[in-house]
Amino acid sequence: MSRRHLGIFTAAVLAAASLTACGGSGDDSAAAPKTLTYWASNQGASLEADKTTLQPELDKFEKQTGIKVTVEVVPWSDLLNRLLAAAASGKGPDVVNIGNTWSASLQATGALVEFDDAALQAVGGKDRIVPAALAAAGAPGKPPAAVPLYSMAYSLYYNKKSFADAGITAPPTTWEQLAEYGKKLSTGGKWGLAIEGANPSENAHHAFTFSQQYGGEWFDSAGKPTFDTPQNVSAIKRYIDFMAADKITNPSNAEYAQNQSVSDFANGKAAMLLWQSAGSNLKTQNMPADAYGVAPVPFLASPPAGGKKVNSMVAGINMAVFKHTKNKDGALSFVKFMTSDEEQTILNKTYGSLPAVKTAASDPAFSAPEQKTIQETLVTTAAPLPQVPEESTFETLVGTAMKELFADAASGKPVTEASVKAKLTDAQQKMR
Amino acid sequence: MATSTTAPDADRREPRAGSPARRPARRPRGPRRSLLPYLLLAPAIVLELAIHVVPMVVGVWMSLLELTQFHIRDWSTAPFIGLENYRATLDLNSAAGKELLHSFWVTLAYSLLSVGFAWLLGISAAVVLQRPFRGRAILRALFLTPYALPVYAAVITWSFLLQRDTGLVNHVLVDQLGLLNERPFWLIGDNSFWSLLVVSVWRNWPFAFLCLMAGLQNVPGELYEAAAIDGAGFWRRLRSVTLPMLRPVNLVLLLVLFLWTFNDFNTPFVLFGGSAPEQADLISIHIYRSSFKTWDFGSGSAMSVALLLFLLVVSAAYLLITNRRRDDHA
Repeated sequence: MSRRHLGIFTAAVLAAASLTACGGSGDDSAAAPKTLTYWASNQGASLEADKTTLQPELDKFEKQTGIKVTVEVVPWSDLLNRLLAAAASGKGPDVVNIGNTWSASLQATGALVEFDDAALQAVGGKDRIVPAALAAAGAPGKPPAAVPLYSMAYSLYYNKKSFADAGITAPPTTWEQLAEYGKKLSTGGKWGLAIEGANPSENAHHAFTFSQQYGGEWFDSAGKPTFDTPQNVSAIKRYIDFMAADKITNPSNAEYAQNQSVSDFANGKAAMLLWQSAGSNLKTQNMPADAYGVAPVPFLASPPAGGKKVNSMVAGINMAVFKHTKNKDGALSFVKFMTSDEEQTILNKTYGSLPAVKTAASDPAFSAPEQKTIQETLVTTAAPLPQVPEESTFETLVGTAMKELFADAASGKPVTEASVKAKLTDAQQKMR
Repeated sequence: MATSTTAPDADRREPRAGSPARRPARRPRGPRRSLLPYLLLAPAIVLELAIHVVPMVVGVWMSLLELTQFHIRDWSTAPFIGLENYRATLDLNSAAGKELLHSFWVTLAYSLLSVGFAWLLGISAAVVLQRPFRGRAILRALFLTPYALPVYAAVITWSFLLQRDTGLVNHVLVDQLGLLNERPFWLIGDNSFWSLLVVSVWRNWPFAFLCLMAGLQNVPGELYEAAAIDGAGFWRRLRSVTLPMLRPVNLVLLLVLFLWTFNDFNTPFVLFGGSAPEQADLISIHIYRSSFKTWDFGSGSAMSVALLLFLLVVSAAYLLITNRRRDDHA
């Protein structure tokens, strides 16, 4: 009696729960779903601008395949959390953008479709893809967990007029030169170099490059953290010293985390900026392309033994497919569409990034000075961040330690080898 | 639907339910009446289980697992490591333990100061607004505004105001009033704690004000009249009439405010982002960072459970002490 009623009640609750649970996935027939959901990373000036850019392309895809793609543009500050939640719950979009440095971390969750030879064939073939970009799409020795979509690299952006006014004729090629020029440029309320000091990811990218130049590594070959080596201490100190010792960076940059450093460069408040594909962002902030020059990121004048000629990470955005998708074929065809020559040209042109496929690179849009510099860096002097599962943890811990060091520098506290080492040791101890 | 399944059915299915002698006694009540209370309670029980009990049990269980990115997709496969997460996060000799202890002291200082100031402002405003005067309604509405604003909008505005170069706070302090020569940082370094405290007090005091104003409505006017006849001045009336009469309100208000502030996540998260300055690294942000930014959900759960136990002990001690005092008075 009572059990039967309880049974009916339970069934009703379960039915209601399953109804709400299915609501999000967007498939109305289990046999051949004709819809996909897509989380796009924020590439343009705003979330809305990205939607405007992507929607016509998605409409084109729907026309070709009959599959309707619902897009949501996710800001970078939320993206990793959202991806993790989707990975953990098995509920979420079918196709996503991931920052390529997270590839191995997300791959370790086992929630992403791995692109073995067959899957790569389904999206157009392995040989089309730029090899360096593909190397940053998953853990070594495993099939990639994603397919490269937009390629980027760090460059040195410099204000031509400020340089001319200070009597500087060419961009710096060494950090020593950069510091020297920076001092000349830091006058009259203007500063030499803009830095995004409170953004852990941004800090971690520079930690990687500087460490490579000093001959350091953040993980050993067994994947164990090696944060507080002398090389890494020197590397981090060199970067923080632009504010702490050289004083060519406005102390205010220690609280920058919303791309204010790009605005400072665009508004002429800072003469140099280290950034990946800043062109489109500068354009939206009314800085004409002929007002600035783009040069490769500098090196050390005399690198120590073991120092590598690396001046950028292989930066980029990848496309991944969640295993929980009910429409894997549709998802793969969408990846194929987005990495097709035509779409690669259209989208990368808009975002000022480089195509991740070789075949689209010949378009004249990608031979502007900025794109040429990025291209050259990617081919010759860029290296992928360590593709280990703990990569995202490294970004958080080391990037946050650097944020604290910048805060010290900004408020006049000394930044010494010892204080840098202490922060890095603490960060390393927190790795499990 | 109850009528379709009658007593014989119950007999058949419950042969072991007690002696036959007791069964006739239950029958006259009828199945509908005996079932009804349970049916009425069921939604509450189901919701209570779903919202509180199950997540709590899951949280405790997670704290015993090595739950990292390798197992987050199917957390039942994560290796069981017993109390290892507690050992690692509470070991005060390790970097993680030291940082947690630091966060704990920061959070405790933050909570006590925030609740203290919020209460002081609340009681002052409530007492001042007790007497009717022109513009009282407008002031009341104005005072309650911070409480009515969406947290995100309010706190993000504060973060703009507190920017070093472009913020209004420094503009007023340095440029307009000339009180300071140098532009201080408010969102990084030592000042970040005080910025957080100011925003928190600004958000919390209207709630204290609301509760205390309601409490004051219940104080009988005769008490004040009697006190006035006895020659009691403002402070004496406050000490001997108002505060004792507000005691029940204050008991709940202070405890609730303390628990909210101690667990506060929204204010620091919106003000500083996911990585707060170490001087303002509240425990809630600390746990968030361990769980979601460094993907160590086992440690995060262990810290949450430890925090829950601490707050339970604090609440229990508080209630015990305050109840005993009330008994003494009575």
